[in-house]
Amino acid sequence: MKEAILKEIQQIIPKNRMLTDLQERYAYSFDASFGEYLPELVVQPQTKEEISEIMKLANKYHFPVYPRGSATSLSGGPLPVEGGVVLDLSQMKKKLIIDKENLLAIVSPGVITGDIHRKAEEAGLFYPPDPSSSQVSTIGGNLLENSSGPKGLKYGTTKEYVIGLEVVTPTGEIIRTGGKTVKNVTGYDLTRLIVGSEGTLGIVTEAILRLIPKPKARKTLMATFPKLTDSGYAITNILSAGILPAAMELMDQACIRAVEHFHPLGLPIDAEAVIIIEVDGHPLAVDEEIKMCQEICSRAGATSVRVARDEKERDEIWKARKMVSPAITKMGPTKISEDATVPRSQIPAMMERLQEIKEKYQLNLVVFGHAGDGNLHPNIITDKRNKEEMKRVEDAVGEIFESAVELGGTLSGEHGIGILKAPYMEMELGKAGMMFMKKIKEAWDPNNILNPGKIFPKPGQTRVVLR
Amino acid sequence: MGTSHRETRQLSTSNSLYEMVYDEVNRCIQCGYCLPACPTYESMEKESASPRGRINLVKMAAEGKIDVTEHMKEPIDQCLGCRACEVACPVNLDYGHILESAREAIREEHKKRNRGISFKEFFFSQLFPHSRRLRAAGNLVWAYQKSSLNKIMRKTKRINRILEPMVQMEKALPLVDAPVKRVKPGSVIPAKGETKARVAFFTGCISDAVLHRTNRLTVELLSLVGCEVIIPERQNCCGALHAHQGLKKNARDLAKKNIAAFEHTGADYYVNNAGGCGAMMIEYDKLLKDDPEWNDRAQHFSSKMKDISILLTKFGPLPFQKKWEGVITYQDSCHLRNVQGIHEEPRILLKSIPGATYVELSGSDRCCASGGIYNLLQFDESMKILDQKMGNVKETKAATIVTTNPGCLLQMRLGIERCGQSHVMQGVHLVDVLAEACGVG
Repeated sequence: MKEAILKEIQQIIPKNRMLTDLQERYAYSFDASFGEYLPELVVQPQTKEEISEIMKLANKYHFPVYPRGSATSLSGGPLPVEGGVVLDLSQMKKKLIIDKENLLAIVSPGVITGDIHRKAEEAGLFYPPDPSSSQVSTIGGNLLENSSGPKGLKYGTTKEYVIGLEVVTPTGEIIRTGGKTVKNVTGYDLTRLIVGSEGTLGIVTEAILRLIPKPKARKTLMATFPKLTDSGYAITNILSAGILPAAMELMDQACIRAVEHFHPLGLPIDAEAVIIIEVDGHPLAVDEEIKMCQEICSRAGATSVRVARDEKERDEIWKARKMVSPAITKMGPTKISEDATVPRSQIPAMMERLQEIKEKYQLNLVVFGHAGDGNLHPNIITDKRNKEEMKRVEDAVGEIFESAVELGGTLSGEHGIGILKAPYMEMELGKAGMMFMKKIKEAWDPNNILNPGKIFPKPGQTRVVLR
Repeated sequence: MGTSHRETRQLSTSNSLYEMVYDEVNRCIQCGYCLPACPTYESMEKESASPRGRINLVKMAAEGKIDVTEHMKEPIDQCLGCRACEVACPVNLDYGHILESAREAIREEHKKRNRGISFKEFFFSQLFPHSRRLRAAGNLVWAYQKSSLNKIMRKTKRINRILEPMVQMEKALPLVDAPVKRVKPGSVIPAKGETKARVAFFTGCISDAVLHRTNRLTVELLSLVGCEVIIPERQNCCGALHAHQGLKKNARDLAKKNIAAFEHTGADYYVNNAGGCGAMMIEYDKLLKDDPEWNDRAQHFSSKMKDISILLTKFGPLPFQKKWEGVITYQDSCHLRNVQGIHEEPRILLKSIPGATYVELSGSDRCCASGGIYNLLQFDESMKILDQKMGNVKETKAATIVTTNPGCLLQMRLGIERCGQSHVMQGVHLVDVLAEACGVG
């Protein structure tokens, strides 16, 4: 980075919040996905004005700017793929206000999502979006990636809970979108445009979130199925019986075996699928619903259905799900975590496709996911040092994307497009669809300053490259 | 600004680092679950001060992308080694091993480049691991406290400037027993009443030197609950300070000597009262896993080694004599909690004291930033963390703050001094509190 530019940045940001040493910059070269890109400078802004000034400078000198929260992204969202400046927003975390009267939370972007959960619950309220990284991830990162976790089916996704934003635009303007009211039709809905924009259209400097009353009770069950397709029927039958569970998690046989091998919990390794169902709401309704779920699972062919009698048993059930991550990393050091999502009715078909892909490419592929909303997480466990296998992984990942789109689904349910899935955007959106998205980007960011290299493929880029 | 972001530099590759830990650091999935658990990430507010950041830097150094001493050393030096990240890690990464290997690589690199270590590091590395030197130093501390020299020293500004950390620590030192009162190596103390078990007591080098009273009381409590206590001769430092400084070879030598000394006793259990030493010793099996001659013996040793709180709970109840007055709170020893997995027993024991009001300290599971000798090497960072913790301690309104490791104990006493609470608050070892409640002095 040129001395002159550094000097100008120093006019905006105090020296102790500018990280220039090689080791400091390497510490911001990665996220939880794949790839490593060294930024030229890391800046830790504290105010929207500082961010605005930096964006103006970036437009003057044409250097890229990459916003970053806690870097838990699985799609490369914060990776500084073209160098430039990383804006570390994880330290902009002062404001966390719970407005009980209006059922709102007003937060700084660096606030940890899990802290919003805790504060809201202290006030008897509830913020449903709960990605598995919520104890670590910043709310800013959550909103920009629109990641939601297991409760999407009943409570909707993150975007349903964001009603107002303060945003620094790519050209350095400070704007407010939406507000504190649930109803708001004044002009275009820029809030929804920014949420899920993967940090390419603006930097969130404050967010207004909707909260709802906290459900009074919850019940959890675990059911095992000898046939995967039967678990699919159970899921559909529960929903058509008028029950909307808070979570419906699915684990396939490879997952079950990996967990059981890693940490024996007594899971049936012959079963093709295990599902975990949690219902919440009024205590009386919850009791009745869990009973119905239990019956439906048994009728659909479950060999065992276990309802947790207390919190301890609930924790045991969820432990099986939480053990998936550590268990599968025992199979290899590199984990490619996908989130192809299909309409619920297509889950059995998608599961079948994934098995075919697994066999065709001879890979360690395990599937778990949020079955209620069709959001599957096929994970390929491999070793990036093995070039030959990585080639097969690339082909398999490509086929996973193609299958999801063919079945009427989408490339990504919640991880985002980032860098890995960019080449497949046109397949899902078509040429015209892509063009209109690009036009939005160009209108907001004429110099392509903010998070360049994401979402949109490079010219001629048509497939995943992992090597 | 240029477009080439990859910098080309000639960096020294530490192949030993690659061999020691590359497979392990490569297992990190960079999920960041360790971030909220890390005290230095919280206080220093940057990724290089987090476990994920440090693991990545070790990986970068192993790949030769950054230099071991120029780039990796500082972030590694700033790690407390509290290992809270290991508890948070979903893939069970062995951070302790990564950290120690990084320190070993730094040390090797220093040697290769003929660069000396800093005076501070030299001083502490020469003093702590040697029980005879420490015992002599302990005697000096006793003599010093008995004389009026300490009052003069505390007033001497020059000393304050040069060795502020040492002077602050000096204020925190507990009163040391006279040399004649100490438990003698080689002695056997019979159980009071029925003998339920024979236990061999590990005295520890720092404890033996400056927290000698706690050692004596440990033996008395064990005897009270029906343990015959043997003090094995020829035991020495557990090797934790060596291992933490990257001197693995010395640590292995010390481990072997301890194993031999304790095997000799034929005791049912081995017992210690220092969370840090205990953590080191229950990992002797890991330390010696590649040594076929010692592997089995190390495993046997590690499985027998117990923290004092475990044996007192197992063989208790303690014969309490007195009613306790005032609020008690407890600060976990990181190595007791995170490495040995012990957090219930000390609390159970404290709550069992008649009349005691136990108040849980918010953030008691987070490191006090003593970190072995971290508070001496990284004084300012350590004090930042400590002062924040003392804010939480004050909220408990405790008159007694209890710990289970000498380093933590000194640090908490320092914290009490620093926040001006020494007239209403005392920092003591778990054993001291239990002994007092049992009427043993």
